[in-house]
Amino acid sequence: MSASTAARALSHLDWLEAEAIHVLREVAGQCQSPALLFSGGKDSVCLLRLAEKAFRPGRFPFPLLHIDTGHNYPEVIAFRDRRAAELGERLLVRSVEASIAAGRVVLAHEGESRNKHQSVTLLDAVAELELDACIGGARRDEEKARAKERVFSFRDEFGQWDPKRQRPELWSLYNARIRRGEHIRAFPISNWTELDVWQYIARERLELPSIYFAHQREVVRRGAALVPVTPLTPPRPGDRVERRSVRFRTVGDITCTAPVESTARTVEEIVAETAATTVTERGATRLDDQTSDASMEQRKKEGYF
Amino acid sequence: MLAAERRPDPAPEDAGLLRFLTCGSVDDGKSTLIGRLLLDTRSILADALSAIERTSRRRGLERIDLSLLTDGLQAEREQGITIDVAYRYFSTGRRKYIIADAPGHEQYTRNMVTAASTADLAIILVDARKGLLTQTRRHATVAHLVGIPEVVVAINKMDLVGFSREVFDRLCAEYRDFAGRLGAGRTRFVPMSALDGDMVVERGERLPWYDGPTLLELLEEAPASGAAPAERLRFPVQWVCRPHTAEHHDYRGYMGRVESGRVRPGDEVVVLPSGSRTRVARVELHGQAIPEAVSGQSVTLLLADDVDVGRGDLIALAEDAPAPVRELAATVCWLGEAPLAPGRRYVIRHATREVPAVLGAIDHRLDVNTLDRHPAERLSMNDIGRITLRLARPLCPDRYADNRATGAFVVVDEATNDTVGAGMID
Repeated sequence: MSASTAARALSHLDWLEAEAIHVLREVAGQCQSPALLFSGGKDSVCLLRLAEKAFRPGRFPFPLLHIDTGHNYPEVIAFRDRRAAELGERLLVRSVEASIAAGRVVLAHEGESRNKHQSVTLLDAVAELELDACIGGARRDEEKARAKERVFSFRDEFGQWDPKRQRPELWSLYNARIRRGEHIRAFPISNWTELDVWQYIARERLELPSIYFAHQREVVRRGAALVPVTPLTPPRPGDRVERRSVRFRTVGDITCTAPVESTARTVEEIVAETAATTVTERGATRLDDQTSDASMEQRKKEGYF
Repeated sequence: MLAAERRPDPAPEDAGLLRFLTCGSVDDGKSTLIGRLLLDTRSILADALSAIERTSRRRGLERIDLSLLTDGLQAEREQGITIDVAYRYFSTGRRKYIIADAPGHEQYTRNMVTAASTADLAIILVDARKGLLTQTRRHATVAHLVGIPEVVVAINKMDLVGFSREVFDRLCAEYRDFAGRLGAGRTRFVPMSALDGDMVVERGERLPWYDGPTLLELLEEAPASGAAPAERLRFPVQWVCRPHTAEHHDYRGYMGRVESGRVRPGDEVVVLPSGSRTRVARVELHGQAIPEAVSGQSVTLLLADDVDVGRGDLIALAEDAPAPVRELAATVCWLGEAPLAPGRRYVIRHATREVPAVLGAIDHRLDVNTLDRHPAERLSMNDIGRITLRLARPLCPDRYADNRATGAFVVVDEATNDTVGAGMID
């Protein structure tokens, strides 16, 4: 950077990147045993790049941890494993399947979304690995309850978030002090929006699982959502199965993550589409957040990510 | 994954990022203003908009209640109030904005301080019918104390005073008088109707006598985050990178964020509090050498000599380094439920350093309505006062007026681990 540009402020992506790196280094500096939650999704892909920028040429001062619902797209799991190997970092996987087998999770019915049950597996992993911090890619623009959550979010020994007892967060002075059994959820990209994420992916040329890009897929229309036809989500009697060009805006448990119609095949096309979209990320794609106005808040209070 | 490449220069139209907060008395229209900003910059997506349309209809309202966009928590919806700071985002294409939506109720002053601590600009809302209220003055005072560089006073609800120029002029004069007594800096004024949108994003046609900028134009022109940093280099060390690999056997990088100033290879620096002197050998961003790092950038410094540096140390230019102190005199906003009182053990977090501290004295408590100073034995939640703290180990701070990053600290209660105080060093 030349002296003449130094007086100018950082571009908005540079600013967001510098803030996220600062947060990651504060987690590493203040916590004894953190883990970075990596699912293979776009937000956690950004987190990995930020961690490289924060700690290279050193190794990451934390392992990667995936809470696997067992309901993932195979492309995403393959991508997850390959990225961890390419980075030479340790990937730990804890599965909801194992929690079910151990009787820690009881499903209401076999096809139930496992999304909310991740909390049990995550908290078990926190206890087993003696984690004092979990770094995640949640963003405040995703949902109203998230908009209120701190960058360093204190969780009690039950993993609960109490919106009324949050620690004030001033300047960039984060407080990760906890007692044994408690932990911190740290969100380095709190201040990013969906568009920022895509712009960053474009700028950094980050690779993503293929299902983020437009592809032909069999879907069923249910209300406003397109439900993918998969072994876990077969068509119901009377459903009309269509083949459409779709992409995923958000990737998670198959049973509750829906694609959107799109022909965007490149990151640049997705950036343009995201800038012009009229539907929120969760509104378009999540089948489980709409049960009530407060479903996310409720789940977070119970320890959800 | 492609290898790290040289990043493209920021687009010429990228005016960086601006963090601002909205404040003012209850019912001055903060939530409506935020809703209006989001709506008129087309930042509210169709499904979110139709959800609040439904709710507005259900409540028997004739038009969309924009304030429904901002009150997110169950207790807030139940009680119809805002109980915590929320952060919202919008972009104009030219610039990205982070709004800290701070509650207006007096008992949540600590949340206002929280929101203000990171803001580059404050919008202080005034109800044109009611004029300056206690809470307006209180928020103006806090915004000034916390050192927000730019203040915009939005005279709202102009539709309810017949878009009267006289009312606007009178309220501006009244605010200027108060700001003068505060010693506050630059203040801009804009008349508006957040409900209808006049002078927020669109000019509207009902304020023809006002030829100044709209609120959004003021926001677009304001200096971006970190655009006018303090000149002196302050680099708190967050993390020491020692890879111990064959390739990087002797590598020792000091990682952190440039909180102010700039740093280049060859600079003579001092490591505080030890006082060791050396030179910067290399400045890196993601493993690549860069000619200079500026305020706001998270980078890695490599030093010419093998001096002892750890997390919590501060790197500064040798010629203008801050002096170590064992006592702090500061203005503190108390955030904790238990009052600040003698005898309790606290930890001070200043930049990346933590030191134990005890209360020396409470010099006075400030009445933020009258700016009068009163003697005090303790500071309760939401109180602002001037105190001295005795430190178990030295810190190397700046005055808050000179540097918002290294002039600030938080107080952590050792017993509860809660963040209980926000301090600004005199």
